[in-house]
Amino acid sequence: MRALVPLAVIVVALALGEAWAQGGVGFRDDLSGEDRERVAEVVAPATRFDRPENFERRQGGAATSTRRVNANAFSHPSENLEFEGRQRFLVGNGLFRKDWVSSPSSTLASDGLGPLFNARSCQGCHIKDGRGHAPAGHDDNAVSMLVRLSVPPTPEQEARIADGWLAAAPDPVYGNQLQDMAVAGQPAEGRVRIDYEDVEIALSGGESVTLRKPAVSLLEPGYGPFHPELMTSARIAPPMIGLGLVEAIHDADILARHDPDDADGDGISGRAAWTRDHDGNRRIGRFGWKAVEPTVKQQSAHAFLGDMGLSTPLAPWHWGECTEAQAACRDLPHGAQAHLGPEEVPGDLLDLVAFYSQNLAVPARRKEDGAEVLAGKKAFYEAGCIACHAPKYVTSRAAAEPAHRFQLIWPYSDFLLHDMGEGLADHRGEGAADGNEWRTPPLWGIGLSRTVHREAGFLHDGRARTLLEAVLWHGGEAEAAKQRVVGMEPAERAALVRFLESL
Amino acid sequence: MRLHLFRSSLLAGAVASLAVSGAASGAAAAVSADAVFGTYADVALAGYEDSLKTARALREAVDALAAAPSPETLAAARKAWLAARVPYQQTEAYRFGNALVDDWEGKVNAWPLDEGLIDYVDASYGTESDENDYYVVNVIANPTLTVGGEAIDATEITPELLASLHEIGGVEANVATGYHAVEFLLWGQDLNGTGPGAGSRPHTDFDAANCTGGNCDRRVAYLKAAADLLIADLEEMVGAWGKDGEARKTVTEGGEEAGLATILTGLGSLSYGELAGERMKLGLLLNDPEEEHDCFSDNTHNSHYYDVVGIANVWRGAYARVDGSKVEGPSLAALVREKDEAAAAELDGKIEATLAAFAALKQRAETVEAYDQMIGEGNAEGNAVVQAAIDALVSQTRSIERVIAALDLSGIELEGSDSLDNPDAVFE
Repeated sequence: MRALVPLAVIVVALALGEAWAQGGVGFRDDLSGEDRERVAEVVAPATRFDRPENFERRQGGAATSTRRVNANAFSHPSENLEFEGRQRFLVGNGLFRKDWVSSPSSTLASDGLGPLFNARSCQGCHIKDGRGHAPAGHDDNAVSMLVRLSVPPTPEQEARIADGWLAAAPDPVYGNQLQDMAVAGQPAEGRVRIDYEDVEIALSGGESVTLRKPAVSLLEPGYGPFHPELMTSARIAPPMIGLGLVEAIHDADILARHDPDDADGDGISGRAAWTRDHDGNRRIGRFGWKAVEPTVKQQSAHAFLGDMGLSTPLAPWHWGECTEAQAACRDLPHGAQAHLGPEEVPGDLLDLVAFYSQNLAVPARRKEDGAEVLAGKKAFYEAGCIACHAPKYVTSRAAAEPAHRFQLIWPYSDFLLHDMGEGLADHRGEGAADGNEWRTPPLWGIGLSRTVHREAGFLHDGRARTLLEAVLWHGGEAEAAKQRVVGMEPAERAALVRFLESL
Repeated sequence: MRLHLFRSSLLAGAVASLAVSGAASGAAAAVSADAVFGTYADVALAGYEDSLKTARALREAVDALAAAPSPETLAAARKAWLAARVPYQQTEAYRFGNALVDDWEGKVNAWPLDEGLIDYVDASYGTESDENDYYVVNVIANPTLTVGGEAIDATEITPELLASLHEIGGVEANVATGYHAVEFLLWGQDLNGTGPGAGSRPHTDFDAANCTGGNCDRRVAYLKAAADLLIADLEEMVGAWGKDGEARKTVTEGGEEAGLATILTGLGSLSYGELAGERMKLGLLLNDPEEEHDCFSDNTHNSHYYDVVGIANVWRGAYARVDGSKVEGPSLAALVREKDEAAAAELDGKIEATLAAFAALKQRAETVEAYDQMIGEGNAEGNAVVQAAIDALVSQTRSIERVIAALDLSGIELEGSDSLDNPDAVFE
């Protein structure tokens, strides 16, 4: 015991040192001493499973939506927004649903789409604000899934990636992602095809599950052959709920779990995804499958640019993702209008979309007090899932948006990068993450994924059709926890899934 | 929690009996939710039938225009289009809640439009070169073209071709069909910005013998095909609200709570998110002339006004048809009045006020300046009229929320949560 105390102190000191070195704050500077004690108490992991914890139902704190459960479950505003905020939310919703059209058109404020694009509207990928899915068949357009592209970086690019200025080295012709659609007169960049191979997994109790292992191929290149060393990574659109609350988590609470060398010996070595924001400041990446985006606004701007080909003040290129090598594409008419601002999506519109995205409420838990759900929660804890899927946080009192301040939230994520093993690896580094690493995705709302969109897929490329399939794809740092699930009695495993469904 | 609810319902009972003793004893027979749903579906059916009827009249006017293009036949076609919008806009209160309507709506009323894909647009647009070849990539001028990266054979312009364009470009894409496609063909671009004037396409754009704008035969073919498709789509919706139609059954057979939620979700969403927010507030915010709904014809004031009329129709359970007859039945208002008279009276008043605010907006559009001028930058008086209409909608929405609360529809299941004192508490 006496030896452990100094070790803990050293770990904390290391974390603080790292934070300071990176420019972050290593402790909860937003809280009084008294608050800090209350927070520590309330975020301590559950120790009993015979009843729900206090406040557990409202997993997004006061922002939680308690509206009826149906396909709109992910589309409600933070419940604690003021009336004024709700109107901003609804105007933002209009922009989120808006179909953008190609230039030229009379709708000066609604054109500028492309020339290359993956979807015409935000909602096109974020179906009902929920998850996307992989193409259903070979003729299906990808729409709610996209494929990121890159090539091996030059030493100079490598240095910029390490320093957080660049996410990956783009393909010299095709850029950072494959757009499988284009405006009239332009070829699309190609078509995505996914083939699956069945993999049978035996579970204890005589059960088995068939996983489908994806293989991505890019067909019909529209702008010449693909780079011989092209690296690809397929991504479905993640759900939009709770993003503002994630943004409101204090850096110190994320860094407290940062343990790149597994100093605490638990087999888990999560890393904070340090990157840079638009102003060049060092920030922790929190959004995206590899945590390359530090803020919701920056994520939104990059989605406007890459997915719809629309310029914003944060990414002011009207031609979107057309590269210099796609010269004709760069010369097409664009949608920027001097009297509306120098970009296709002016700053106030980007702000509205960011505000909307920050305030999509997490739905309340269902049946959190059911015996099977509670048993499943216990199994989730005991299998070690909470080592990465960290249950709770109390958000910063200094958060930008009042509705997000000082809320007890239950995202079930540490927002760190973890090696998830060969089965999930895309072998393509992005930002701080290497080809084996993924950010722990939040689990809140996951039980309603299919209520919101019946084709919703799980994991980064939507390969998992059920929550159990998603669990069984875990490897690397999560291998031991996965094996515990494989070895569970069928009833316990079923309870674990019930628990996930109640989130 | 249950105990709490029990207490409040006792209290409500006490208030109700007080009210009854104060009122005349011979109260009207109770309004059943089933009867309200029946009226709701009947009003929908009549609205879509009228939309279909006026769309057919529009199609005939298009034929007359094609047969003898003249300023008169073009004016008649435009008039027919304006008349067709009146019943259709009133059906918009059936969106946002009826899944069938929501899935279908984009085909007939999608906005904005990829007009550059349909026909020529003015080369003065934007800041790019006038010489740019891509200004002429459109179906009317090109028998073959690529759209969304796919090659399209547009030799024959048919409703099927236009419907197939609808599928191109991904989910929720609607590039080239519906009311606004027809509107664009009849009026052309409105190049007047926030100055006065609508689009001014000449009748010779449809005259193969004295053709302006090129490809007049293909333009006529497009116009006919778009009108035919509109008719086919409206026929589908008339069927859906008919006797054994899917949309009618969903509301009338889905249970009381779900039905009421569907109706009120539609009213609230159209009032607040769609009309006050998306269509009006955004345009005012941007002072953008094209953030108006019927932009080519300068008909936006009517489009908004009849949306508001549609909301009143659903609430009051009454609809004045285009032939002057009336469809009427037990209303949502009457049902709510029985549960919470104050909430019903409040919404009655708010809907009245909203109608008045929109009537003022409509009148201003008809006598002073068009809607696109009203939202122009620096037009304080015009902006204020639009803002007042938005404010009325916002205020009306709050009363709709009160009605939802009075019907006890907003909460999720609270059953089985007796293990904690208050499961809905939050950490503060």
